[in-house]
Amino acid sequence: MTDVAKRSSRAPVPSGWEYAPAPEARDIVRIEERYGLYVDGQWLEAKEHYTTISPSSEEPLAEIAQAGPEEVATAVAAAREAAENGWAEISPTERAKYLFRIARILQERSREFAVLESLNGGKPIRESRDVDLPLAAAHFFYYAGWADKLEYAFPNRRPRPVGVAGQIIPWNFPLLMLAWKIAPALAAGNTVVLKPAETTPLTALLFCDVVRQAELPPGVVNIVTGDGRTGAELVRSEVDKIAFTGSTEVGKAIQRELAGTGKRLTLELGGKAANILFDDCALDQAIEGIVNGIYFNQGHVCCAGSRLLVQESIYEQAVAKLKRRLKTLRVGDPLDKNTDVGAINSKQQLEKIRELVEAGEAEGAEIYQPPCRLPEKGYWFAPTVFTNVAQSYRIAQEEIFGPVLSVLTFRTPEEAIEKANNTPYGLSAGVWTEKGSRILWMAQRLRAGVIWANTYNRFDPSSPFGGYKESGFGREGGRHGLEPYLEFE
Amino acid sequence: MAQAPALPSGFELPLEPRLPRIGSIDAVAVEARADDLARRSIKRESKVFALELAIRMMDLTTLEGADTPGKIAALASKAIRPDPSDPNIPSVAALCVYPNLVPHALERLRGSGVKVASVATAFPSGQAPLDVKVREVEEVVAMGADEVDMVIDRGAFLSGRYAKVYDEIVRVKEACGDSHLKVILEVGELGTYDNVRRASLLAIAGGADFVKTSTGKLASAATLPVTLVMLEAIRDVYEETGRMVGMKPAGGIRHAKQAVQYLVQLHETLVVEWLTPDLYRLGASSLLNDVLMQIRKEKTGRYQSPDYFTID
Repeated sequence: MTDVAKRSSRAPVPSGWEYAPAPEARDIVRIEERYGLYVDGQWLEAKEHYTTISPSSEEPLAEIAQAGPEEVATAVAAAREAAENGWAEISPTERAKYLFRIARILQERSREFAVLESLNGGKPIRESRDVDLPLAAAHFFYYAGWADKLEYAFPNRRPRPVGVAGQIIPWNFPLLMLAWKIAPALAAGNTVVLKPAETTPLTALLFCDVVRQAELPPGVVNIVTGDGRTGAELVRSEVDKIAFTGSTEVGKAIQRELAGTGKRLTLELGGKAANILFDDCALDQAIEGIVNGIYFNQGHVCCAGSRLLVQESIYEQAVAKLKRRLKTLRVGDPLDKNTDVGAINSKQQLEKIRELVEAGEAEGAEIYQPPCRLPEKGYWFAPTVFTNVAQSYRIAQEEIFGPVLSVLTFRTPEEAIEKANNTPYGLSAGVWTEKGSRILWMAQRLRAGVIWANTYNRFDPSSPFGGYKESGFGREGGRHGLEPYLEFE
Repeated sequence: MAQAPALPSGFELPLEPRLPRIGSIDAVAVEARADDLARRSIKRESKVFALELAIRMMDLTTLEGADTPGKIAALASKAIRPDPSDPNIPSVAALCVYPNLVPHALERLRGSGVKVASVATAFPSGQAPLDVKVREVEEVVAMGADEVDMVIDRGAFLSGRYAKVYDEIVRVKEACGDSHLKVILEVGELGTYDNVRRASLLAIAGGADFVKTSTGKLASAATLPVTLVMLEAIRDVYEETGRMVGMKPAGGIRHAKQAVQYLVQLHETLVVEWLTPDLYRLGASSLLNDVLMQIRKEKTGRYQSPDYFTID
């Protein structure tokens, strides 16, 4: 055996290898000083404004319109006018053409959108460039293909558009969620009034320029910005359908508001997904997938694998590997091409994460955070792992929506199922094993809308996405994603 | 030990019986991870650091039937002073040659610090009787080779005779004495990442100082994912036992950019102590000039014509 000490001629070991900053250039994006509301193909001035910032530096970026009841009503009326006079009547192949155009323009301008997304939302440029933008374009391509094939998608059911869709989207994937909402709605022949999240309106506002470039008829896509009050106005307005992605709390409020009105509703809400690690998994790759499952987009992912269930026989080894891997995560400037984990989206969210992490420590869980230098300005939270977590702790029950992983153990597949399903949510789950039959056995028993096997956080426009229980109802993506936007005779 | 292959009798890991867990490799995920790491953007001073390190880690290689003392002399000069116009460029780690050329290489490299590595054990196929292979190793060690690059018996490995593979490595290691042993797995013939991992652990258990991907004689040689699989095996052994085994990707590494990608992968997979020629080598024959060209570009801001770099 080689004796380590025997290597006396060893050259001095370098103390480290610091990568030089590799920032993506910002100058490709032009941000206006002040934005209006995009209604009926024109910019409408609002009475009130608020400032949107970059969460990684707290630098103010632009003044954003706060749409009030009148402005929302104007936008809905414009969408109604477009829906009844034109958009639904033009030939489906024409509709497809517009969607294909939007997809192509998004691809052409992807760098611009990626930089803006990282700037306004805090996510690493690596993710906005390699995930958000390609997927957003792919959604428009995919639904463009359905636009003239609706009769085949739903044979003998004579699909018709619902009318005007009010769509409210979250701040974690601003442009991608816009694509998930707008693409199927337009393909099905609806018009939309979309409200981007309060903290991340800029890519939606830049998308208005794509709408203009694609020469979409006025009123088909309307964008109204603002905080929760604007969202509430949209819910109360004369729309035919509401599609909401966001927190379970707000989702419930919307459902109460709409009860008895006859307006249709789909909700995509929170999650507390379990990633289940069996002792026969390909361990190094599984750890990589676990890390991707929870630290991707700072854990601001509704389907994030925020609970790790490890088979007890490999617990020590798995946790050691996980901690080691955390040390190599690069936290910092979202625009640096080597950044793995970016900034927390808002001060409010940072406070929520801190509160839950403190609760975890108080309840007796063991916390681990790798040594990393966090920038002084902006909103930051180090990647965190909790071990010694009991099923009853808040950090094992509540959605944290941040880079925080809770590790629990199990002994048998039955116990894994029981623990994974023991949550009010049911959006997603992950199974890690090299045994194919076990994957199928688990998938039949897990109550979650999406189940990944030996991978995590993979999305494709052709695959439906949505939840069980408090994670919502309705599906987005795939043929299923068209259904909420269609009436059937 | 879930899913561990049945270990042959006589093959006992001199490690904790529980570990290393041989386990398995998910091909899709390991390729995705290697691809992720290859996307790191390494610029300016961090790039120069990597390029100079790549030179210090390089095993300059010539393994041709047409090799002559003259060819070795030329390569030896290149190995000692890769860029005659820039005295700050370090020497490479070693010169890797066939057994017959070891004395010539030693003579030319004496006192330079550049090591002489010799392939042995019926390189590249390994299809010769064990006694012949051991004899060859003894000869090159007697001649004074600092390092021996052996090949495993892939025929035995692929037919499940792991004990034979293991015993050969142990015998060769004994014959090496103080010379360092690099064990070539020839990953292009192993077919799966699972086999690469299994063969890596087998070689380490047998006493390898280094594990090496390829002979360079096959079209399918070192790749980033296969190197990652081997680094992870090395890491598991290190974390369980503290033993540090070296890694040498070889074959197909021709561009400076690739060299930087290999070093980023090493840097983010193993601890910083591995960033040394004692524990990592790049086996290459045509990589050096591209690295020199990139270094000069970083220093002067301009690319120079290939005519300003010697072809040896």
